[in-house]
Amino acid sequence: MLIVDTSISVKVSPNNEETREHDLIRRIQGGERELFYELVRPHERRVYAATFAILRNPADAEDAAQEAILKAFAHMHQFRSEARFSTWLTQIAINEARMRRRKDHPEIMQPLGEHQDEEGVYTPREFPDWREIPSESLERAEVRELLTEALASLGEKYREIFVLRDVNHLSIEEVAETLGISRASVKTRLLRARLMLRDLLAPKLSGGFFSRESFQKGNKPW
Amino acid sequence: MVVTCEQVWLEISNYIENDLDPSLRTAMDEHFHTCSRCASVLAGTRNIVQLYGDERMLQVPLGYSGRMQKRLAKEMPAKRGTIFGWVVAAAAVALIAGAIALSKPSSQTVQQSPLAKAGNNIPANLAVLVSEHSKIFHVAGCKFLHTNDGKIRSLTAEQAEHEGYVPCIHCLAKYLTNTAADFIKKHLWLGTSA
Repeated sequence: MLIVDTSISVKVSPNNEETREHDLIRRIQGGERELFYELVRPHERRVYAATFAILRNPADAEDAAQEAILKAFAHMHQFRSEARFSTWLTQIAINEARMRRRKDHPEIMQPLGEHQDEEGVYTPREFPDWREIPSESLERAEVRELLTEALASLGEKYREIFVLRDVNHLSIEEVAETLGISRASVKTRLLRARLMLRDLLAPKLSGGFFSRESFQKGNKPW
Repeated sequence: MVVTCEQVWLEISNYIENDLDPSLRTAMDEHFHTCSRCASVLAGTRNIVQLYGDERMLQVPLGYSGRMQKRLAKEMPAKRGTIFGWVVAAAAVALIAGAIALSKPSSQTVQQSPLAKAGNNIPANLAVLVSEHSKIFHVAGCKFLHTNDGKIRSLTAEQAEHEGYVPCIHCLAKYLTNTAADFIKKHLWLGTSA
């Protein structure tokens, strides 16, 4: 197990994450390689989310995430401070996951939306009313599974962008930079991903399964 | 400014991200008041963004961080030595050098026995053990090395022979010719000293 030497922790203001990150990068590139885990720790979940978006399998996603972090570690000397570390790391993760997907599943069928024309207008399904799915429902594994399945059914190009923007909270510019596509393409695909997810999840709402009333005291559905 | 449903659907993401021209935003606000379908699209899209943006939505597998640390630890270079470590290492080198110098034969320590050279092919640098009150040297683990024979020392076969010790015919048998073994056996068992 990696032992973190607390005597060499970085002495900077906790509010200034960016300065802290730059300082860590400078020190790692200067030879203090044992600080690398401290640098990647805040990004672990994001790296996993990025690989999961492509591989759609927790075990494969974890393996690819680990490999991506090891590659980042091996190539730290190539990182230039003009770029954001999170963007660079996510790029490595995306490339690793894509490479594995091509290698392991060359025959895989592209899911929903992959070949749809993203320039055309997407017509959202018509529902008279949207029954809001409350955030507290995420405590339930079945709800998370439902949302994960819906996400997994999107085409990869939509899934990637949706995860980077709406799960990992990268800016539109960062998503564009990470994937090497234009800002306009990011926005178009993001819009379509969001609308497709809404349409996929809407049928699950019938019967008020997710309604707030279901979570009132004494009336829990589980 | 009046917007159609299609225009609203195209801009709904930008509306949520607050990335719209103010006049278009106002027009869309007015549209949502009159169009239930578009209001439903807006509510649903917002809800999706909120749900998937929640930390609870995508949970990393149990033990993920630990496994990550473990794999990284394997890639980490060995930690550089401290000054104290270097001092200890230098002291160890000095001790070994001193021990080697002390173990070199001097004219006063020669107790050469003809038995020692009795046709054996024992490698000179073979690590052997001798006991204080015995004339025989052994390899570690030999059952004929008795701890009640006094203090046990470790040295090379060459040093042992130089000090007058003879090889054990049991544990070192493979290095001894039959003649040498017989010679050792005869002289030792007869209690004669060479």
